[in-house]
Amino acid sequence: MKKLGACLVVALAFFLVATALPAQEAVSRSSAWTTSTTPSQGEPRGYVQYTNDCSMCHGEGVGKPGTLALQAKYKGAVPALLDKRTDLTQALIKQYVRNGISIMPIFRKTEISDADLDAIAAYLTRNNKP
Amino acid sequence: MKIPPGVSAGDFADAIKQFEDAVGKEWVFTSDEDVALYRDAYSPFWGEADELVASAAVAPDTVEQVQKVVRIANHYKIPIYPVSTGKDLGYGGSAPTYSGSVVLDLKRMNRILEVNEQNAYALVEPGVSYFDLYRYIQEKGIKLWVDVPDPGWGSPIGNSLDRGGGYLTALYRNHFDSHCGMEVVLANGELMRTGMGAMPGAQTWQQYKSGFGPWIDGMFSQSNFGVVTKMGFWLLPQPDAYLSGTVMVPKHEDLIPMIDILNWLENTNCTTGMPFLGSPLLSRGGPLSAGGPPPDAELTALLAKPIATTLNELDAYAQKKGVGFFSCTLSFYGAAEANAANWEFAKEKFSAIPGAKFVDGQSYKLPLTDEQKGNVNVPLFGIPSLRMFSIGARSEANPTPGNGHIWFAPIIPRTGEAIFEANRVFTDAAKELNLPVPSFSLPTCYWERGFIYLFGFPITHDIEANKRNRAAFDRLVQIAAQHGWGEYRTAPAHQASVMDTYSFNNHALLHFHETVKDAIDPNGILSAGRYGIWPKHLREAKG
Repeated sequence: MKKLGACLVVALAFFLVATALPAQEAVSRSSAWTTSTTPSQGEPRGYVQYTNDCSMCHGEGVGKPGTLALQAKYKGAVPALLDKRTDLTQALIKQYVRNGISIMPIFRKTEISDADLDAIAAYLTRNNKP
Repeated sequence: MKIPPGVSAGDFADAIKQFEDAVGKEWVFTSDEDVALYRDAYSPFWGEADELVASAAVAPDTVEQVQKVVRIANHYKIPIYPVSTGKDLGYGGSAPTYSGSVVLDLKRMNRILEVNEQNAYALVEPGVSYFDLYRYIQEKGIKLWVDVPDPGWGSPIGNSLDRGGGYLTALYRNHFDSHCGMEVVLANGELMRTGMGAMPGAQTWQQYKSGFGPWIDGMFSQSNFGVVTKMGFWLLPQPDAYLSGTVMVPKHEDLIPMIDILNWLENTNCTTGMPFLGSPLLSRGGPLSAGGPPPDAELTALLAKPIATTLNELDAYAQKKGVGFFSCTLSFYGAAEANAANWEFAKEKFSAIPGAKFVDGQSYKLPLTDEQKGNVNVPLFGIPSLRMFSIGARSEANPTPGNGHIWFAPIIPRTGEAIFEANRVFTDAAKELNLPVPSFSLPTCYWERGFIYLFGFPITHDIEANKRNRAAFDRLVQIAAQHGWGEYRTAPAHQASVMDTYSFNNHALLHFHETVKDAIDPNGILSAGRYGIWPKHLREAKG
């Protein structure tokens, strides 16, 4: 029954989307991607790929679903921004990119190649303590 | 390795080898691990035997490679399923409609072939995303806007072929209507261009839509008649300024004249951007709209009852509190002075409704500064994002998110009367189907001549819950059709049931589709079952 209950709560949220949308202009939205994060030449490949492939959801600013979700999940125990984390493993990053999680979908190799994923994983673990 | 239905293991092995010769071995995916990446992450069949899955995937880089792959598939009668960016989540993603098909993954074809500022158009390949096109235009300093849908990772070609929409002026909001010219690989591998593109050396392929003779572009949208490899799109020259304003009307029945006036203003081009309907009163009730003040005890008590029984009491409450029952936000793109004049004219027209009030909204000289971009709803300014996924993602209000969504999305008449009727019908339906009952729902205004309701159904990894939701979805499709309201687009799980409601004169339209399908794709290799159109051999197999 617990599962069903959770499902109906989500269904409620979704069933009301038709009326939740009209308050568009009341919502402040910023997009780091659209303002300043187009990578410049010479940046590390992992940073470039992370910016191009991940930051639209996991970047800074209001309206980034990935960042909001991780803030809600960890409530500040770890940074909501993936590129501020120091506890991720490369295997875990690859697991989520290739399998998805919650509403984050699967990413195919034509979207993010294995080599690009290696670079992203290296970038996101660059500050991990040995 | 999975084998497509109806294909021998030997033929499939030969075809895979030929696919590899055509596109390169690294771009043919056959391992279980790689093919699993083509699962529809938002599949309502997730984990069930009926889940729609690929047998393999092939990713060409050029039109010539697409032609080779299609010819090979046609020779061996292998079902193939083209996807562009494969991010049409909620509508199938990168998974085929006919399980066991080989996905023709066009993501690598990501060339922006032309952006013409003088005549305001772009010509792109299927793997180009809205993010890609926006970034290209920004980097080049081109003063053109792309009308973007909510998720910016989609493909202009894929989104328009699925007849998606955006937010700018009516000419651009309907993404299929704003296309101009396409290139198509047919099932026999032949390359065809439509519109002016059929003329060798044509100089107006992206400037004049219909060319000469029958205009067939529509046949390649929501269909399975060809593989679209190029499409042109008209882009909006950067406007001088943006202005928005909101009208609020005091009584529930004022919705009817408010919509009539809105329609007149939009259809005479007084207001040009996509309007938004709202309810300042009901937004106080909690879930209807974020940001409203919490309801007091009186309103809470009123909202606890079925809204249809309390409309007059809610009118009295709204009047007492001085809050509008319904609202409509207009937006204007154009010269700043013209925008201001048009807003004043709109106020004059809405003032025919006694008690109408007005609130001036955002006003910007364009282009926006980076700081301003942080304060606006970016798709209204042609800026792609993924903000829509905040709905359904984990949040404080939604601590146990699902695994995606699909949309029940009927088109209803663009009248206030139809909104009230739809609420009555869908409230009754929700009770019948044991779904959460919305207190009052408002449609969206993507299309200037018809409303569209967007009701989200959650996707879970709970098989029984998905089964119940699929059944409820199909029942809603039937109920809507009984009232003359049809779905505009739907997920593969429901395409056949929706097509079944477009049944005038014993399904004459579907019979036409099938006749075309059998003529131009006699082996039935392209996207079998997409939008309910099945090739002859599979129709016969299904009886």
